[in-house]
Amino acid sequence: MRVRLVDIAHARSGDKGDTANVGVLALRPEWYPVLQDYLTRERVAAHFHGMIAGDVERFELPNLCALNFLLHGALDGGGTLSLKTDAQGKVMSTALLRLALDVPDDVGRRLRLPQAPV
Amino acid sequence: MSRVVRVAGGQGFWGDALDAPRRQVEGGPIDYLVLDYLAEVTMSVLQKQRARDSALGYARDFVTVMDEIFPAVIERGVRVVANAGGVNPRGCALAVRAAAERHRLGRSVQIGVVTGDDLMPRLDECLAAGHAFANMDTGEPLTTIRDRVLSANAYLGAAPIVEALARGANVVITGRTTDTALPIGPLRHEFGWATDAYDVLSGGLVAGHVIECGAQSTGGNCLYDWRDIPDLADIGYPIVDCSADGSFVVTKHPGTGGRVSLPTVAEQLVYEMGDPRAYVTPDVIADFTTIRLEDAGPDRVRVWGTAGRAPSDQLKVSIAYHAGYKAVGTLLYTWPDAYEKAQAADRVLRARLDRLGLQFDRVLTEFVGVSAAHGPLAGPPAPDIAEVQLRVGVRGPREADVERFTREVAPLVLNGPPSVTGYGGARPKAQEIVAFWPALVDARVVRPVVNLL
Repeated sequence: MRVRLVDIAHARSGDKGDTANVGVLALRPEWYPVLQDYLTRERVAAHFHGMIAGDVERFELPNLCALNFLLHGALDGGGTLSLKTDAQGKVMSTALLRLALDVPDDVGRRLRLPQAPV
Repeated sequence: MSRVVRVAGGQGFWGDALDAPRRQVEGGPIDYLVLDYLAEVTMSVLQKQRARDSALGYARDFVTVMDEIFPAVIERGVRVVANAGGVNPRGCALAVRAAAERHRLGRSVQIGVVTGDDLMPRLDECLAAGHAFANMDTGEPLTTIRDRVLSANAYLGAAPIVEALARGANVVITGRTTDTALPIGPLRHEFGWATDAYDVLSGGLVAGHVIECGAQSTGGNCLYDWRDIPDLADIGYPIVDCSADGSFVVTKHPGTGGRVSLPTVAEQLVYEMGDPRAYVTPDVIADFTTIRLEDAGPDRVRVWGTAGRAPSDQLKVSIAYHAGYKAVGTLLYTWPDAYEKAQAADRVLRARLDRLGLQFDRVLTEFVGVSAAHGPLAGPPAPDIAEVQLRVGVRGPREADVERFTREVAPLVLNGPPSVTGYGGARPKAQEIVAFWPALVDARVVRPVVNLL
């Protein structure tokens, strides 16, 4: 079953130099394991392929039902060097929420995950 | 009931809402008002201002704010801690002293001035002594840009703020300090926290992180349930009710807009986060994976449990340097075929820039309304899209070339693709780029100084 991240999580992003961070927070505590299991570093790196120059790092915060991603080389040099509208990575959060996950049907049914519209 | 110290955040950056500090003081009882003015590149802007006028080089907004709130903070016994001093904390203190005299407050105002963060006068001495100030991101030594350095400031911790408060200051003005030192200083002073009480200090650090971005923890910029966050026009700024054990409750003044809830606080906690297990400051390294949150009633969130460990023996240094020039030009193209016209205009502009032989390190084109924010993730635009803004930016080492670019945008209105507007009469402006060079330095090199004025 296909699940849109925007339907199961919220997010906030910011910058540190040329690195954007995106904190992704589960909308319900019982949905956090879905983020843990399926929102992998590789999945996020593939999502942003071609948009960022560096690596992706991933950290878990089970206490906040959250994951934190560092997107290196995401901001055209960052800070005052960047020519991007989003030089501070403020909306990398919603860019990540565009991602959709493929979750096994039984997991989706058990957790009552909202299914992506076809 | 155990004692609570109320610390209010009144400024998320230099340029934040001007009336927020006054509303924090007048909206209800608080013990401390902390104001964060310094973003990474603010120091270099202030450095330039001081070069033009040696009395300047600090956040002048702070003087305006103090002028407005002085009678109330003195009457109510609220102490103010601000990093508004920039590259001239003493100049800032003199201006604040003048404001106090205008209100005839005299000796009831004691201003603590924290200096010693400015490494610029000693930079070559430090380099000669073997401190490389290598760029934390790239590893390059500072010598590669030494002749372009405009300012260099170490991030101080809470210790000098604690000292100023202990000596009786009711207004403390610092230069470059960590954002989180602004509340940790008052909390250490009030509760007598030891410098190695790392868990309770971590609580203070998290309290600082929650309030350092102003209303971003009280419903501002909050994606969760954003439509139903009440009355953003009258949003309350954050207050932390702190206890001696390092726990605290996030709240805001009654009757104000916005919301304090688990999601609004959690979103702020992950903002600008690096490795959550190591939030590094000169006072303590906090582990954000140990923070516990609990709903404590309407507009109240309790935060506790944060573990910390000893800081390293190095301080972060914020170095600003000249990195060339940049300019950004925009034009608006409309239906029909808005996106196609904007793309055609971009090709025309780039061909002309090439023909002129201008040298840039970077030319970046964005199509606002199509892909500026989310790039290819946004997918193709609707074929009948109403309008698209072409936004072209250039940067390079030569001011004359960037200046020439700014003259090539407007002519497209007459000599490029049709259905274009939005050229507001002014050319884009060529701007000097002052870039940020993060580095570390041995903490023993830095000697904070506290004076009372």
